Amino acid sequence: MSKAVSALGGVSHKGFVEVSEAGLQGMITVRGDLASAKMKKAVKAATGTAVPEARRIVIAGDKAAAWMSPDELLIMVPYTEALATVAALEEALAGEHHIVADVSDARAMFRIKGAKASQALLKLCPVDFETLAEGEIRRTRAAQVAAALWKSAEDEFSLVSFRSAAGYVFGALEVSARTGSEPFPA
Amino acid sequence: MSTRLQKGGRLIDRSKALSFTFNGKPMKGFAGDTLASAMLGADQMMVGRSFKYHRPRGVVASGAEEPNALVGLGEGGRFEPNQRTTTTELFEGAVTASQNHWPSLEFDVGALNDKFYRFLPAGFYYKTFMFPRFAWKHVFEPIIRQSAGLGKVPQSRDEDRYEYAYAFADLVIVGGGIAGLAAALAAGKQGKRVWLVEQTANWGGRAVVDGVQIEGADADSWVKETVQALEKMENVTLRTRTMASGLYDHGYLLAYERIADHTPGDGRPRHRLWRMRAGHVVTATGAIERPLSFAGNDIPGVMLASAVRDYVVNWAVSPGDRTVIVTNNDDAYRTALALLDAGLVVPAVIDARPEAKGELPQAVRARGVRVLEGHGIAKVKGGKRVTGVATCIQAGEGAELEQIACDAVAMSGGWSPVVHLWSHCGGKLNWDDNLAMFRPDPKRPATGEDGAAMVTAVGSANGILSAQDVLADAHQAVGGKGTAPGAVSEAEEPLMPVWIMPQGAGPALRFKMWLDPQNDVKVSDVQLAAREGYESVEHTKRYTTLGMATDQGKISNINGLAILSDSLNRAIPETGTTTFRPPYTPISMGAIAGEARGEIFQPLRKTPMHEWHETHGAHWEPVGLWRRPYCFLRSGEGVHDAVNREIRQVRNSVGLLDASTLGKILVKGPEAGKFLDMLYTNMMSTLPVGKCRYGLMCNENGFLSDDGVVVRLTEDTWLCHTTTGGADRIHGWMEDWLQCEWWDWKVYTANVTEQYAQVAIAGPNARKLLDKLGGMDLSKEALPFMEWREGTLGGFRARVHRISFSGELSFEVAVPASEGRAFWDALIAAGEEFGVMPYGTEAMHIMRAEKGFIMIGDETDGTVIPQDLNLQWAISKKKEDYLGKRAQERSFMASPDRWKLVGLETLDGAVIPDGAYAVAEGYNANGQRNMQGRVTSTYHSPTLNKGIAMGLVKHGPDRMGEVIDFPVDNGKVVKARIVDPVFYDKDGEKQNV
Amino acid sequence: MLTLECPYCGVKAEETELQAGGEAHLKRYGPGSTDEEFDSYMFSRKNPKGVHFERWRHAYGCGKWFLAARCTATLEVFGTYSAQTKEPPADMQAKIKAKRPNWEGYK
Repeated sequence: MSKAVSALGGVSHKGFVEVSEAGLQGMITVRGDLASAKMKKAVKAATGTAVPEARRIVIAGDKAAAWMSPDELLIMVPYTEALATVAALEEALAGEHHIVADVSDARAMFRIKGAKASQALLKLCPVDFETLAEGEIRRTRAAQVAAALWKSAEDEFSLVSFRSAAGYVFGALEVSARTGSEPFPA
Repeated sequence: MSTRLQKGGRLIDRSKALSFTFNGKPMKGFAGDTLASAMLGADQMMVGRSFKYHRPRGVVASGAEEPNALVGLGEGGRFEPNQRTTTTELFEGAVTASQNHWPSLEFDVGALNDKFYRFLPAGFYYKTFMFPRFAWKHVFEPIIRQSAGLGKVPQSRDEDRYEYAYAFADLVIVGGGIAGLAAALAAGKQGKRVWLVEQTANWGGRAVVDGVQIEGADADSWVKETVQALEKMENVTLRTRTMASGLYDHGYLLAYERIADHTPGDGRPRHRLWRMRAGHVVTATGAIERPLSFAGNDIPGVMLASAVRDYVVNWAVSPGDRTVIVTNNDDAYRTALALLDAGLVVPAVIDARPEAKGELPQAVRARGVRVLEGHGIAKVKGGKRVTGVATCIQAGEGAELEQIACDAVAMSGGWSPVVHLWSHCGGKLNWDDNLAMFRPDPKRPATGEDGAAMVTAVGSANGILSAQDVLADAHQAVGGKGTAPGAVSEAEEPLMPVWIMPQGAGPALRFKMWLDPQNDVKVSDVQLAAREGYESVEHTKRYTTLGMATDQGKISNINGLAILSDSLNRAIPETGTTTFRPPYTPISMGAIAGEARGEIFQPLRKTPMHEWHETHGAHWEPVGLWRRPYCFLRSGEGVHDAVNREIRQVRNSVGLLDASTLGKILVKGPEAGKFLDMLYTNMMSTLPVGKCRYGLMCNENGFLSDDGVVVRLTEDTWLCHTTTGGADRIHGWMEDWLQCEWWDWKVYTANVTEQYAQVAIAGPNARKLLDKLGGMDLSKEALPFMEWREGTLGGFRARVHRISFSGELSFEVAVPASEGRAFWDALIAAGEEFGVMPYGTEAMHIMRAEKGFIMIGDETDGTVIPQDLNLQWAISKKKEDYLGKRAQERSFMASPDRWKLVGLETLDGAVIPDGAYAVAEGYNANGQRNMQGRVTSTYHSPTLNKGIAMGLVKHGPDRMGEVIDFPVDNGKVVKARIVDPVFYDKDGEKQNV
Repeated sequence: MLTLECPYCGVKAEETELQAGGEAHLKRYGPGSTDEEFDSYMFSRKNPKGVHFERWRHAYGCGKWFLAARCTATLEVFGTYSAQTKEPPADMQAKIKAKRPNWEGYK
């Protein structure tokens, strides 16, 4: 797997918050009947979590399951486990109408760290961060491209974009995070 | 002369002196000054010249309504023209320069226009430059261009940066005067999420200058306490230097924060554009004082009465030792009191009303000031500054009664509520006869998504002028609990509307009464427009340019429409106002652009191999948001040579194309085959697993929309390749049909375009190259043409498709995007012995044209059906339905007269210019030559060493061998023979090895 | 710039997160239909000043198409609903009728 590199090689920038590309992340798109017993079992086996409620992300260690739409989940596992997880999901969902697609290489993942992380993001995303619930994943746009974001830890947001736009997204995050430009300095 | 007073100035800090320059002249001011107050304090009364007549112009106002006092501010990458000195905070080292003059502010050649003002009335340009026609282009326009424009265009790249920020609130209150503060306090106590924005750097608005008492203390103390209380509320956000520029649908409010205008170069963004979503908006935007129309009211030193008061009280600046006050209301008497308190002289108050016996006039009289009731100003004396006024009877025609020496005139024609935000999104106004003002009509507000009022106007913005009523209105408007803060201010008698002074002024005086001092629009211009038939206020505005200057008529519009109404003999509300449009005051282009500049002006999509291309001479071509290499330039090589080299390499050995941008969409499910049969014109359900098929997609209008190779992965899974530009569009198209029309079909799609890096390995040595990587049997027998296999190739997880867009032996290999760069490097290394090199999109285009393959966007333009391109073989006859089929059954789609695809070969081997049309016999009804075809793709083919082209020609396929004419530039005609569009390897022997 | 609540994920999205898709409740006419029917499907569109039904996609969100009823004159939004329906839900129609008594119905 040493041949595999993430879009930006883990670049980072420290401003009033630190923004960095998080490196390779296993991601799997699963579409199907989210309420089915097979789906619940498949997700549990893949991530150790339940099928998330609408607009929620459930995190368990280095794995997570995120609700993307009424018939779509995003399963996150370590990059090296993605292939095996795809196979396991396929097997678990066999016989039921579904699709499982490895999208680990189609995405870029960023972390925005610091007490004012949301202040960098609110320059790019038309999202009300004050009312963004704990455990909520928000699909939106970051400036001019599609993105999904969630609070991944105390004082930390994670943001996923398409791989081809990684340079653009990092550039926009870097500018937004520059020292002295926090919208609420006090 | 204007000067700095020894004492006072509530906003300035005398311990912090600041230096700045005006037209190179060093000047001093204090922290807390605006540029205008600092210039006035340094006796710089004249700051510019007007737009049309180049008349001397001085400061009129103290805020956003200022029409005159604009300067070029800054230098180099921080230079910006047309900066309002009244709203620009002074900072150390500010470099300012006046505008609209040549060669100097004091002596200006353009001021000659002023001598001929009688000959430059409204509409002068329209009337004068009509004939002769050629003169407009060659004589008039060049001259006018020389003198047109306000200020200078910046020549350097802007050194600052800008940004957006999104915000959400239950309530956004605009205006930090006592009304806004009272509303914020009341709403904040209710726990609402409140924003309060104020355009200046200071809270308190007018009340703090006007000597109002609130809750038993002076307004200043109440404001301080209230701001402190609000700062403690976590649910309240306070912003100064933030101007609400526009209100739009569903509570969308743009607010323009000037973060670093007063601290340039400190590293912070200069401006931030807040894109706010407000549950409700309260406009506490106050009111703007109106000037009076008397002769010479544009001479520097004539100012709004409220502005004179502001300069004295806020910045300890006296506009002159002797200030005459002219008014139609009581409020202006406060200016007299402020001047007297500062030890200055008020020679007289000229009051147009027959009687002035209110509390304020009496207080002024008691200080020994002469009050001339029923009087007006006949004329202001002076040129570059005021030297005196001549009085007259307001009811008369302007016979001069008395001359009063003075160096400033403070005028007040009453107040106009700032109704801009109220009106932006559809709020309506009523004319109030008593107050002579347009006020928001609470019964006809702008409405929001729920159909209820989205805006409430409070305080002066609502037409309420006394402090106690303002506070009560603001408190009540937000549903405040308990009683509103109480205030005490002097009672005022009614004003008397005065639109012309004196009311019977003749033409000579009306020619010198300015309405819009920046654009030089006078009472006489509006009256002329009315005489010439301009009845609509909107038309009059455009004809006279009234209110079209950078201040957008903040002080001139109401006076102008009152004059128009009077000229047309109708009531003011019948005339109505012009439309209030955002922004309230001009905002910077940088703020509008936000972060989108330089590298992040727009998203630039990169393939995993982008960096390799970048370092290997890629000559980029934008394809949607992607950049694809057009060709790879070697040192000293031209584009044409590079393209030819790349083509020769592919035709003779092997080349690599980065095809990662091609769209890749998974379509899966028990009804996926049925779905794809509807989407594509040909049959996809019958495609065997392991095989590939070229497919066409049409829109419901029958026109060809996209093409690509479809791969059957498993029994219930297909992979659809789309064009580079089509990936997102076609995925959206599929989802549209699945969600909105065939929602009961069991089909899922997934756009996996970016999951894979894809490389086309093309040329006679392609198989040899891949065999060197090893791991898969890619022989003709194991992997026949139009089939695919999965395996491990040189250690990479790969899906290998045996497809060809070049006509050569060719493989398209998809690997995980994260490994794309490593795979590319491996191919380059393994291909060394074959001289492998990458090829770009132009080589790809030429090679596909040599093979007669169509290209979406070249052979198609949204009006071409597959049948036009002789693609009947890709249209299933068996299917009852597919998207576009019904449309293709329309009579004109089946017409034999449609232009059809053919090859074109010039007789002399030259290249036909792109887009050339073939002419036919005869002329059409417009006297143009009839057409019979056009070129869709045209190239020099290095393989065949001649020009080749594809084109659509009427009855083309039936006319093989015929020569047709393509007229090109300079009367020349290119002759081309109609031929088969497949120019190279007609039998496909090269790709089938 | 309007906001609409996506009925699938509940996000109240602003217009920049949405993609407009034109008139809702069109009936598709394929092969075998008359020219008039095809014309009604392909080209004839309503352009009312008042109540209108539209297709929107939550493009920068859950990706789902949904339908919205709104007033083109005031931008009042009566509601959003599933795209998997042939006509506006009855309660939506009743709500609009109550607010706009002169409304002649969606057809």
